[in-house]
Amino acid sequence: MARSTNVFGMRIRRYLGSVFIFASFTLAPLRAETNPAAAGHAALIQTIAAVGSEGSGNVAAGAAWRELAKRDLGALLPILNAMDSANELAANWLRSAVETMVNRELASGRALPVEGLEQFVLDRAHQSQARRLAFELIAQADPARSEKLLAGMINDPGSELRREAVGRELGRAGKLLAEGKTAEGKGLYQRLLTQARDVDQVDGIVKALRKLGETVDVAKAFGFITEWKVIGPFDSAGGKGFAAVYPPELGVDLGAEYDGKAGKVRWQDFASKEDYGEVSMNLPMKALKGVAAYAYTEFYAPKAGPAELRLGSENAFKVWVNGNYLFGQDEYHRLKEIDQYPMRANLKAGKNEILVKVCQNEQTEDWASGWDFQLRVCDLLGATMVSAKGEGQ
Amino acid sequence: MKPWLALMCCLAWLPAQAGDWRQFRGSQGAGLAADAELPTDLDAKRNLAWRIDLPGRGHSSPVIVGDRVFVTCVSGARGGRLHVLCLDANTGAKRWERQFWATGRTTTHEKISGAGPTPTSDGERIFALFSSNDLFCLDLDGNLLWLRGLMRDYPNASNGLGLAASPVVADGVFIAQIETDGDAFAIGVDALTGVNRWKIARPRRANWTSPLLLPDANGKHRAALQSSAGVQMIEAQSGRELWNYSEGAATTASSAVAGPVLYVPSNGITALQEGASGQSPKQLWRAAPLRTGTASPIVLGERLLILNDAGILTCAEIAEGKRLWQLRLKGPFTASPVATAKHLYVVNEKGLIQVIDPAKPEGEVISEMDLGETILGTPSIAGNAIYIRSDGHLWKVAQATAKIL
Repeated sequence: MARSTNVFGMRIRRYLGSVFIFASFTLAPLRAETNPAAAGHAALIQTIAAVGSEGSGNVAAGAAWRELAKRDLGALLPILNAMDSANELAANWLRSAVETMVNRELASGRALPVEGLEQFVLDRAHQSQARRLAFELIAQADPARSEKLLAGMINDPGSELRREAVGRELGRAGKLLAEGKTAEGKGLYQRLLTQARDVDQVDGIVKALRKLGETVDVAKAFGFITEWKVIGPFDSAGGKGFAAVYPPELGVDLGAEYDGKAGKVRWQDFASKEDYGEVSMNLPMKALKGVAAYAYTEFYAPKAGPAELRLGSENAFKVWVNGNYLFGQDEYHRLKEIDQYPMRANLKAGKNEILVKVCQNEQTEDWASGWDFQLRVCDLLGATMVSAKGEGQ
Repeated sequence: MKPWLALMCCLAWLPAQAGDWRQFRGSQGAGLAADAELPTDLDAKRNLAWRIDLPGRGHSSPVIVGDRVFVTCVSGARGGRLHVLCLDANTGAKRWERQFWATGRTTTHEKISGAGPTPTSDGERIFALFSSNDLFCLDLDGNLLWLRGLMRDYPNASNGLGLAASPVVADGVFIAQIETDGDAFAIGVDALTGVNRWKIARPRRANWTSPLLLPDANGKHRAALQSSAGVQMIEAQSGRELWNYSEGAATTASSAVAGPVLYVPSNGITALQEGASGQSPKQLWRAAPLRTGTASPIVLGERLLILNDAGILTCAEIAEGKRLWQLRLKGPFTASPVATAKHLYVVNEKGLIQVIDPAKPEGEVISEMDLGETILGTPSIAGNAIYIRSDGHLWKVAQATAKIL
């Protein structure tokens, strides 16, 4: 009986616990919406976190934001912490609450919790943009402290923090060369080549190293996939190739032969020799117009998990991973940029099949001659992922 | 009715406070500040009231509401940091700044940046749209009211060269044209809540022209949406089509307006006079030689002024489109001309302000002032001052006054 009572008591506690959790995470937004002034930080944040597509949640978020922004600096770290799980829209709401709160509190002569902010910045598990925001608050309050922090951020997962740290080291490398310390400067540039993520910084490093007589594999530094199988051309007259479903989209068979635009087509090897890994269909298939082609590669991931395929192209394209469609854009010759289209994908451990369709329209201007793409795989923090078994294997 | 009288009638209907400049080419979208008194004999020592540093790039125009100047910028390696600034119009001092992270693609042509669309205001709120299709609504004190990530909602709505069409707001609805090769629509967003009031499909082709608001007899507004297909007139509150002109139009230069007449960059310039509500417009005239460039044309009194990219300013009379004169300015130009009652102000890409008196028989540049920086954004006029921005600075140029530099 006693055991039964105990079990019953446990059940009651579990039930009450469940009710509490449910109330905290489900009813909290409602509570904050109906009476934001009475809500705790968590409830207000939870309401803001519920913003979604096409403006949904904006009204409740606005009410919660007005209350949250009024809070004192005690709410600062909870808001920053909340950015870890916030969607991009909610992150902007929260960022704005931080700015409003901090500006008001600083104007009132209150001091930022610099120690807490530093701990937040140093914890790389936190969301990168939130860490950057915390870093900028530290820089505002104690520039020497932020400068010291920056020294350890050359390999930071956050792109903005890493960029600033790398930029500082680039300045130092240039100074070493100017002082005639060539070997030391060259060594620093070589180290920075492995750490830099932004195109302008990588370009600067490559230029400096080449000037020093070094051979640099830029495509490798960026992690572009350069080994592909390609097939085409297929018909894309009038732009129809973007929507048309040609056989490679139904399943890649590298031994197959298909009817192309002007006869039979089959898969062929293609290796990009370009610094930025451009896979130009103009090379294997000549400068054609009104055509579509496919490129295929196999990417070996060390473990299953999310990744970002980052594609740049001035042509209409579509991308599939393991047969799953990721994204496409039906636009021609507007501009190409490295990492122009980041696409979230779930990779399998081991082999992943990446298929890219790239189309060329019928414009005849010189500037419309490009028929290519460039692609690399990154982790969610922006670090290049290299195929574990080697590209194209 | 004389065109200028019709224009004045229309202006009287609009709610904008006199002296405000609440959107691209002013609160009426005409590029005109008829009551403003600007210096016509420019001198940097005398007329530069202030210059402030901006935290990032941009070619959007400043927006002025009362004594507040709003301007947008982008910064960061890929233009991913979005800035909305509010400055004191009298001193240039920063009242507040808000920063956001771009949630959409930020790629643009290197000449421009993601701060292309000019913000708009209804006098109580500022609506800041960026090329990444991030949209923020703040009150005039910088409190965030709502936000949207339109590229999250509509993932193909991007242009690798960048988006620059400026939005408008009327009758409680924020209106933007998001028109690209991948996806194209016009959207009406509730100014209070940030949710869609309406969304209509538009010709799927890259377009950088901005909607133009026209008031009706009841004080409600219609919006002229221009594209390569022509001009579609819609009701601001509902997005309902009122009429459609389908003979094509420019995708960079927006139409000029004076009263009930639209001067559309279409087959040269085509003058369209609106008929009764719901009826297609009547074509008054078409002048094929009047070719626009990037800059939008402007009506000043009885004259239509058209500036092409190379710097040829063409003046035509608005009654029939007859060319009156041409004047070679120092170009090239991206920014559109703006005007006071008697003078035209243009800024070329090298930062040279030129003041033109169009009443002279052949037109005449009567004054110049060199700001010495690349300028692509259209100036704004408010409170007897003209505001001009570059990628790095914002200037206030006004009559000789106490300088705050």
